[in-house]
Amino acid sequence: MDLSRRDIFKIGGKLLLLASAGATLDEILGAAPPSEAYRMADHWWGMIIDIDKCIGCGSCVRACSQENQVPAGYFRTWVERYQVEEGKQPVVDSPNGAMDGFPPSKRTDLKSFFVPKLCNHCASSPCVQVCPVGATFVSPDGVVLVDETYCIGCRYCVQACPYGCRYLHPQKHTVDKCTLCYHRITKGLTTACCENCPTGARQLVDFKNPKDPVHEFLRNNKVEVLKPYMATGAKVYYKDLDGAVR
Amino acid sequence: MIPGVDGFIYPNEVELQWGLLIVLYPYITGLVAGAFILASLERVFKVEAVRPTYRLALLTALAFLLVAPLPLQLHLGHPERSLEMYLTPHRSSAMAMFGFVYLWYLMVVLLLEIWLEYRADIVHLAQTTTGWRRLVYKLLTLGSENVSPEARQIDDKVSYIVTVIGVPSAFLLHGYVGFIFGSIKANPWWSSPLMPIVFLFSAMVSGIAAVLVLYMAFMKVKKMPIDMGCLDTIAKYLFYTFVIDFSLEMLDLLQRTYEADESFRTLDFMVHTRLWGSQVILQICVGTLVPLALLAANQLWRFSESRRKAMYLAASLLTMMGIFAMRWNVVIGGQLFSKSFLGYTTYKVGFAAREGLLSAIGLMALPFIIVVVLVKLLPPWAEGKASENVAG
Repeated sequence: MDLSRRDIFKIGGKLLLLASAGATLDEILGAAPPSEAYRMADHWWGMIIDIDKCIGCGSCVRACSQENQVPAGYFRTWVERYQVEEGKQPVVDSPNGAMDGFPPSKRTDLKSFFVPKLCNHCASSPCVQVCPVGATFVSPDGVVLVDETYCIGCRYCVQACPYGCRYLHPQKHTVDKCTLCYHRITKGLTTACCENCPTGARQLVDFKNPKDPVHEFLRNNKVEVLKPYMATGAKVYYKDLDGAVR
Repeated sequence: MIPGVDGFIYPNEVELQWGLLIVLYPYITGLVAGAFILASLERVFKVEAVRPTYRLALLTALAFLLVAPLPLQLHLGHPERSLEMYLTPHRSSAMAMFGFVYLWYLMVVLLLEIWLEYRADIVHLAQTTTGWRRLVYKLLTLGSENVSPEARQIDDKVSYIVTVIGVPSAFLLHGYVGFIFGSIKANPWWSSPLMPIVFLFSAMVSGIAAVLVLYMAFMKVKKMPIDMGCLDTIAKYLFYTFVIDFSLEMLDLLQRTYEADESFRTLDFMVHTRLWGSQVILQICVGTLVPLALLAANQLWRFSESRRKAMYLAASLLTMMGIFAMRWNVVIGGQLFSKSFLGYTTYKVGFAAREGLLSAIGLMALPFIIVVVLVKLLPPWAEGKASENVAG
């Protein structure tokens, strides 16, 4: 970015003025703030996933990739296909994270289903626990985020995540992950993946909203989180999750 | 299919996050802790036989400690932000404590102890040398030139206290490094309460072996006689600590095999395939059983001096290689399998990359160069008298 002397004075002046008025860096630099009506304390975000509805089309992966400019070869969300034969190890694939969907299965005599994956935005997140500088944190509305201006790129959090949801951004050299489209949900929109899911298999939910359909969903269905024994307080709930899913 | 990947792994797992440099990190800190604990044998536990290596062990510990943060620094995506770990540490993070454990150990324990041990020598050298050397020694006196017997007695007392604090600190330093890995519940290859203890004992083993090798090398270069009583004692301690270390590792293995939890099939397969060479052959057979046999033979039979030297040297070099393999197997092995337990990835070391082989060789050579400089600056032995310290 080319900055003229005038620009520098302008930014400097703005910084001085606004910082003294208690503005956050994002506000000063002109990033769009959450909408006025948005209060973090009023929300507790998560997601519900209906495995039976997922058709493995990969729309969510493509939408996420475009919306968040996810670098090629890395994934903030991906879809796995499980093919389970009785008494055998499940056969799982996720070609390029299912960016282009899946090739047709050669066998029809197997139990087969798709499992969309993303950061579980855990309430007791091991990635947040291990970050040596506190660059990754749980926001007051329950979203696990990374401050890329602060992350030192040690990748301890990548090791600590049981679900493989984090990666080192090849250009930024900081850790990157699903933000639950924080820039969208704070404006009253849903996530890119949910918006583009043609079957409604994934739904953004707000546990603090008494009118959110999540409450009925949790009441009426058998749900499970991934790797519940990890006790991470995962907030992505799967309906009818098969025991074969890792 | 992604090249190098077998079975199914989560798509972000293809790339290993911690490579060769992170293998060096526990290896180097281990050598620090081990060398210091050997030094403390003389000071705290009054094992007089190892006196000829006391100062060398301290200098070795310092040389490796100075290099210890470098592989971490080189590994970081944003090394320029590493100071944040000191300035705004995240209190729940094991890694955030590194800076404090490191500084405590460097400033409070090691530098202080070395300074106290060498103070009389430094004062003497400041008076007898000329030119820039005189200036260096003058600076190293830190303005304290009183070497009267009373002052030396105080030095001795303080130094003893520092070592007494130093032993648990050395334990802390390396036990802590083990905890960094052992506390990751997402990774069954790492997650074990035994990890800090195994790291600690393997640290002692590698540090003792390193000092033994360096002692023999320096004696050879300086054409000074090797104190065989000292060598025999170090070899004996190496043997004992190695037996404990190996037992702990086997206990860990036995526990895993017997429990055979959901990760077992995957890890077992990994040990029999991708880790077979580095774990079973290099670490266990060549790096543990052979040196243990060489050291055990010396506990049972009396060999000639030259044979003993050769056996100790071989055992120590193999031990250092074996412990390096152990670090490799922990760090790299822990990332070769998918956390889905359904597949494996591969690690290829780059050559001239930032975290490649060249950097690793450079980082590994650096402490040896520092030791040579330190030995030159602060001679551990009076020239021509191998078995006694200058001040001893």
